[in-house]
Amino acid sequence: MSPATTAAPRRELLEGAEAIARAALAADCRFFAGYPMSPFTPLLESMAKLMPEAGGVCINVESEIEGVNMTLGAAAAGTRAATGSCGQGIALMQEAIAEAALNETPFVVFNMARNQQDYFQCTRGGGWGDYRTLTLAPKDVAEAVEHTQLLFHLADRYRAPTVLYGDPLIAQTRVGVEIAPLDLPPLPPKDWALDGTQGGTGHSRQVWTWAMGKATEPGPGPDAHWQAIAAKFEEIGAAEQRWEASETDGAETLVVAFGSAAKFTEWVVEGLRAEGHSIGQFRPITLWPFPGEALAAASEGARRVLVFELNAGQMIDDVRQFAADRSVVRGIGGVSIHESGLSYGPLLDAPEIRRRILAALEEED
Amino acid sequence: MAVVNTDRPPAGDAARKVADAHPDLILGEHSLCPGCGEPVALRLLLETLQELDLVQRTIGVVGHGCYGSFVRIMDIDVLQCLHGRAPACATGLKRVRPDTAIFTLQGDGDMVNEGLAEIVHAAARGENITCVLLNNGVFGDTGGQQTATTVLGQRTKTSLDGRDPERHGHPIPIADLVAGLDGVGYVARGGVGTARGVARTKRMLRTAFESQLAGEGLGLVEILTMCPTGWFVTAPQGPDYMGEAMESVYPLGELHPRAAAAAEAAA
Repeated sequence: MSPATTAAPRRELLEGAEAIARAALAADCRFFAGYPMSPFTPLLESMAKLMPEAGGVCINVESEIEGVNMTLGAAAAGTRAATGSCGQGIALMQEAIAEAALNETPFVVFNMARNQQDYFQCTRGGGWGDYRTLTLAPKDVAEAVEHTQLLFHLADRYRAPTVLYGDPLIAQTRVGVEIAPLDLPPLPPKDWALDGTQGGTGHSRQVWTWAMGKATEPGPGPDAHWQAIAAKFEEIGAAEQRWEASETDGAETLVVAFGSAAKFTEWVVEGLRAEGHSIGQFRPITLWPFPGEALAAASEGARRVLVFELNAGQMIDDVRQFAADRSVVRGIGGVSIHESGLSYGPLLDAPEIRRRILAALEEED
Repeated sequence: MAVVNTDRPPAGDAARKVADAHPDLILGEHSLCPGCGEPVALRLLLETLQELDLVQRTIGVVGHGCYGSFVRIMDIDVLQCLHGRAPACATGLKRVRPDTAIFTLQGDGDMVNEGLAEIVHAAARGENITCVLLNNGVFGDTGGQQTATTVLGQRTKTSLDGRDPERHGHPIPIADLVAGLDGVGYVARGGVGTARGVARTKRMLRTAFESQLAGEGLGLVEILTMCPTGWFVTAPQGPDYMGEAMESVYPLGELHPRAAAAAEAAA
């Protein structure tokens, strides 16, 4: 999955949030707006420190609503721009994220979530209209560095907002990491972006959700425009599915997990396999588009598909939709919040995950 | 209910000449009601851009209201944004393109109801943008409901017996509020109900853009505009109604002159 890198930068010990900020700058992000909220806060702080040094703009905004609309404005001018928050703050941004999807303004939203309860929010969207948000869920800081760069690229490629679904472990863990620039294919110039130069020419530009154009140059209008948007999301849905399947061929048991939780389950599953269990793991990397066909193939012949997610059951809807046999799908995760309310609870724990998987194996055997 | 004559003045009539004249930046006829003040304000705005030679370095940021239909007839780069959020979108545009002239176009519902936070914070941040408020004291686009600037006693579809402070609260004089903030470069209130008001409003717009170009901070030009449809009066009654009902509450004039002008006046 990892595109080749063009350089071999030095490995540094960085907090995840700073690594993501540096990756965003490496991807030419030059505008960032955010409102403090844990565990998104360290990303905002890193941007506030690093962005001016890179000649960009970082604004500590008065509300998430302002922040996302500023980001939309900067992106409409053609600048690579990003905003972020978590849970409730992202909920406040949904109107503008929908607007950007429909007026085709590309930017990146960093949901440095407190847990995995924002799966529906990321994949279904809380805004209005027919749109989706392409969402990448890294399992660790190193992958978040790659995903950050990829998300700016994909946002521009499809002219749509994209989402990084992070969490406290990714935002606040200090790890050795390289900010290796991804070698991504060139993109066409942003000839749609607003620079103010087209006034009075008869061909001045518009960024407009309704796409009605001008009296002298009518646009497609909302009907044709929104049909085209829907077709675009269908194209993204088919083209951009990403996943990781480990030892899934012929596995009797398939564990499905995303994000940091998948790093825990991966370790547990490897251990169980070493002990002789027929078990594999499937990790959706894009939460939308959900890698449905790949999951169907990976779950072919499995006697049980165990979904471990730290919420009341959200991704399991997608797993049930695509699993080869939906009757064998069951959830082994659950709501588990740290008493501070700001991070995961005791369920994100390898021995507990192992216990739950073994219980599922025994129950059916 | 009186039927408003929507015919243009007869050919050869002096008024016809005025009705048909438009600057190069207006691409077609507006679709707003007879007697509406907003097209007058649009014309002043576009003429000002031409006179200051800003046409090819300007981006307009337009909110949601009747004036939203101007996006189709103004030959200027435009971001059509969400209700209330124009100053935030304009902030993003201006910060990454500091050499452009940025204006926002909002109504009273857009700026003072939905987007009060955005205009106040943009002003306090001292964003170098020119914000234009078309204030008619009513939600015109949705058919005449009360806004945050509806004056006391004014009848709307949601204040049928007139705006009563006990039940409906008090109007917000946004320009006065913003004028008191550090971070603003220029704040003025004009009106397009009279020829004098039109000429004065145009000077205010010009001053606001000059202030933006000088990097003095946020400029706000509130323009009182007639909305006979939303006021339930005839088109010819609009200017007089505006003068009596609105200008007494929202007096016209410069509320925060440019610093240089203020210093000159003091000396």
